[in-house]
Amino acid sequence: MPVFRRLNEPESRWVEIHIDGQPTQAREGDSVAAALLAAGLRSCRTTPISGAPRAPFCMMGVCYECLVEIDGVPNRQSCQITVQEGMQIRRQIGVSEGYN
Amino acid sequence: MEKHELVVIGGGPAGLAAATTAANAGIECLLIDEQANPGGQIYRAVGTIPEQRASLLGPDYNYGRKLVDQFNQSSASYLPGTTLWNLNSQREIGILRDGKASLMSADRIIIATGAMERPVPFPGWTLPGVMSAGAGQILLKSSGLIPAQGVVLAGVGPLLLLLAWQYLHAGVKIHAILDMSPAGNIWRALPHLPGALLAHHYILKGLRYQLQLKLAGVKFFSGVTEFHAVGGDTLEAVEFTHRGGRKRIDTHLLLSHFGVIPDSHLSRCAGCDHTWDANQLCWRPVADKWDNSSVDGIAIVGDGSGIGGAVAARHAGRIAGFEAARAFGRINAAERDAAARKDQGWMRDDLRVRPFLEARFHPPAELLSAPPDETVVCRCEEINAGAIRTAIHAGHKDANQVKFLTRCGMGPCQGRQCDNAVSQIVARELGDKKMISGGYRIRPPIRPLTIEQLAGLEIE
Repeated sequence: MPVFRRLNEPESRWVEIHIDGQPTQAREGDSVAAALLAAGLRSCRTTPISGAPRAPFCMMGVCYECLVEIDGVPNRQSCQITVQEGMQIRRQIGVSEGYN
Repeated sequence: MEKHELVVIGGGPAGLAAATTAANAGIECLLIDEQANPGGQIYRAVGTIPEQRASLLGPDYNYGRKLVDQFNQSSASYLPGTTLWNLNSQREIGILRDGKASLMSADRIIIATGAMERPVPFPGWTLPGVMSAGAGQILLKSSGLIPAQGVVLAGVGPLLLLLAWQYLHAGVKIHAILDMSPAGNIWRALPHLPGALLAHHYILKGLRYQLQLKLAGVKFFSGVTEFHAVGGDTLEAVEFTHRGGRKRIDTHLLLSHFGVIPDSHLSRCAGCDHTWDANQLCWRPVADKWDNSSVDGIAIVGDGSGIGGAVAARHAGRIAGFEAARAFGRINAAERDAAARKDQGWMRDDLRVRPFLEARFHPPAELLSAPPDETVVCRCEEINAGAIRTAIHAGHKDANQVKFLTRCGMGPCQGRQCDNAVSQIVARELGDKKMISGGYRIRPPIRPLTIEQLAGLEIE
């Protein structure tokens, strides 16, 4: 069960995004991080050091916990980027090659 | 290189007021903002928010519309969705917009980058399900998201009460509010109460929120210590000591908050002098009465120059706008003094509540400077408090040396989350009460850039 839910706002407009390939509705104007939380995701990446799961923490661009791959570009701050129709979002799972 | 008379950095109350005032005085002015819409964190999404959601946030929030309207009506230009990765003492600015890096410069800069929540490491704070209270409020303002299965609010500071009150009206189940401010704070705050009563609307608001929450049956725990977030892959519960006993509350969401501090990365990068503020427990820039920093042509206004709140920030912004008009010769010093007088008076009145708030919500020293050994302090590089103390006792006598040895502060957040904690742990271990050992040195690029972005820079 998701940790967050949306207020009932009937006038909302929606866009379709893809999270790890799965189509999902996000509200127009959502940050990508908000859309991930609204979709019920508990974590958005694992750390490159220990592999621990992490999720958005500050939502204002200072903690860098919400890094995800967006439209093929990795390490993007999902709390600072607004959802767009057709956006492809991938969680960053696992240690990248050559990190350590 | 693109060149401007005045560049204002940050679109919160201080930046909006500064840019509006300067533009109205005939100065060519550009406001750069990280967000997609003006308002800063405090008035986030104020221009686009649905009415029903806005009504949950209260009248203070809706004041932001006026500031945004005035800014929109001015001749100031606006560059949203833009991140700064450099500012130097020559007032050259590195920006990142739509994934492309570029440079610009200005005759004068007003930094209005505002505040960030004080990052306080506690056991379990990296678990998914633990967020800051500010993050919870941003989700409410920007996206209309509220906790679905209840929430624990914990820490120190008035934001916890405000958010709880907003959640209450949105129908959110609040499992408990845990106050970690030391019991002695009440007594230390009392001498400041008469002064604070001159800005008594803040105190009354806080009391009203507390009363309504208690009437609604929300559980309060005060004097909470030894606070832990616990879980496997995600948060399952919080555990804490209250009145000598160990307690546990099951929850999937914890929103923690420990007050706010100036977001000083940019002003430190520019080489502005900073000093440790022992009341606000943070670095703040050294500034004159017109908020001019130690670097020629760079002023720092609003919460970025020391926490004063949104109302004081907008007055400070206007005052800095008048000072900019003087610096550009649009008005003389006497005209500036006359123009700024009202805002200076209102700002002084508004700030009277601050000494009381700072004493009442002063976080406990143990929380900031003595986290348990196993607590992750640097979230990015996963360096725990024990490793930091080991480095200190092996002879690393300041935050930078600890950073060089352990890599704490070298991850993507570039020390934004651990700087305050590491410098306070160092100071405590060394018995350095005046924080002489300092914080991290902040160097450009202060936001991660790719090699491609750097290589794509056009340098004349």
